[in-house]
Amino acid sequence: MSNNSNYKDSSSIPPLASGGGGASSSGGGALQYLKDVFNGLKSLATGLRRTLYYFTHHKEIITEQYPENRDTLNLPERFKGEVVMPHDENNEHACTGCTACELACPNATIKIITKFDITPEGKKKKALDKFVYHLELCTMCNLCVVACPTDAIKMAQTFEHSVFDRSELTKILNKPGSKIREGIE
Amino acid sequence: MVIEMVIAGVCVIGLFAALGLVLVLMERRVAAWIQIRLGPNRVGPKGMLQSLADTVKLLVKEGMTPNGADKFLFNFAPFIAMMVAMLLMAPIAFAKDFQLWDLNIGVLYFSAISSIMVISILMAGWASNNKYSLMGAMRSGAQIVSYELSAGLSILAVVILTGSLNLNEIIQSQADGWWIFKGHIPVIIAFIIFIIAVTAETNRAPFDLAEAESELTAGFHTEYSGMKFALFFLAEYINVFIVCAIGATLFLGGWMPFHIGHWEAFNHVMDYIPSSLWFFGKTFFLIFLIMWFRWTFPRLRIDQLLNLEWKYLLPISMFNILLVTLMAILGWHF
Ligand code: SF4
Ligand code: SF4
Repeated sequence: MSNNSNYKDSSSIPPLASGGGGASSSGGGALQYLKDVFNGLKSLATGLRRTLYYFTHHKEIITEQYPENRDTLNLPERFKGEVVMPHDENNEHACTGCTACELACPNATIKIITKFDITPEGKKKKALDKFVYHLELCTMCNLCVVACPTDAIKMAQTFEHSVFDRSELTKILNKPGSKIREGIE
Repeated sequence: MVIEMVIAGVCVIGLFAALGLVLVLMERRVAAWIQIRLGPNRVGPKGMLQSLADTVKLLVKEGMTPNGADKFLFNFAPFIAMMVAMLLMAPIAFAKDFQLWDLNIGVLYFSAISSIMVISILMAGWASNNKYSLMGAMRSGAQIVSYELSAGLSILAVVILTGSLNLNEIIQSQADGWWIFKGHIPVIIAFIIFIIAVTAETNRAPFDLAEAESELTAGFHTEYSGMKFALFFLAEYINVFIVCAIGATLFLGGWMPFHIGHWEAFNHVMDYIPSSLWFFGKTFFLIFLIMWFRWTFPRLRIDQLLNLEWKYLLPISMFNILLVTLMAILGWHF
């Protein structure tokens, strides 16, 4: 039974859902009325069958028994817990300090502080000084990650974020002494 | 006489408490399983004591009365809900020869008393002096008044076939088969309409417009807290039990074991199962049915709700009554 929301096709709507004005029942006469009742009952039965299936299939239970299974937690792939900036073994990251993430963030969670590096050729070059991230303001919307042109940040799956002091939630994502990886513009 | 009354009163209150605990737990369990969750599993073995813990929590909470409320009516409304539930217990036959009050108009008594329920809801909504409460109460008024019609008409189907308003006689008339089997399609239709109508009368989803937590906070009991809220909550579950007990009595033979016509041997085997088990088994089956509805169907809008009653249930049940009458006159049932 298709439960699409195509309200013009009155025959596919069960009487319970036809609601305002009962357009489906006023038009077609007695036959239409009986058809409505039948279709309504049928769609209700479809719903009931689905829930009965779930009721009798406990193996499909999807909730996690946290905190008992804290070590074996099975988090869904799309779960987002916090913004992090991956660093490689040379303590290098991919952030150019372009502030695209800062502009993308709807909550002003990110503050990019830039500095000027002197390249070997003696030129001045803009670089990241501090990536300030306010976890307490973040809604895990993923917009900053999408906005980043160099994939310098990503979402981590950590979630136990409670602390006693609010200031602990303000984090500097680039590690001390880190610098931008070679070849990233 | 007085001692009998006291014993009956204590039994009813005990049953209320037990039913409240069991039904709330059952509801949460059914809800969880239908939604592929585990449900309560922290308090006691497998979460069995969860509703007990909730009761204690509600008992120690402060029962507040808002400043703008009509104090007397506000505090009185939950008790009316409870009193109605208690009165409705009287004519139910829990087992063979086990009934508080065997009155000869049991069915009429049930329909009459159950309509008082709406007064407590209206009272609570009005006295709260809160627009959500009032709206919930008004909806509930419209709803119960309309669904009582089809509930009454579907009950009437069985009354016509039995020719009696006495619940005991109705049960006795099902000794050779329950009405749902003996009465062919008309009684099955009546049964379906009865279940729909009583779901609406007890204000349960998909007809819980009086509560409608997503639109009206908590509807008519928005302002209630602590034990006064608990009384409404309890009354809802007791009412579910009562309407299911009445449904089981009328359509599924009450405490009458499963008998098929004149198969004496088979009927004798069935008689070995105690009649109280039969009664509670059938009642809890119906309760499960109503809970299953609640966790499957989305809530109706008020116009859909009234549409369903006036355009579908009422005409169908009126036509059905005609069929049943014809059937009773011509003796077309077993
Ligand atoms: S996930 Fe959303 S809210 Fe959080 S920092 Fe990124 S853009 Fe801002
Ligand atoms: S994280 Fe990406 S978007 Fe944000 S400043 Fe660095 S390079 Fe630009």
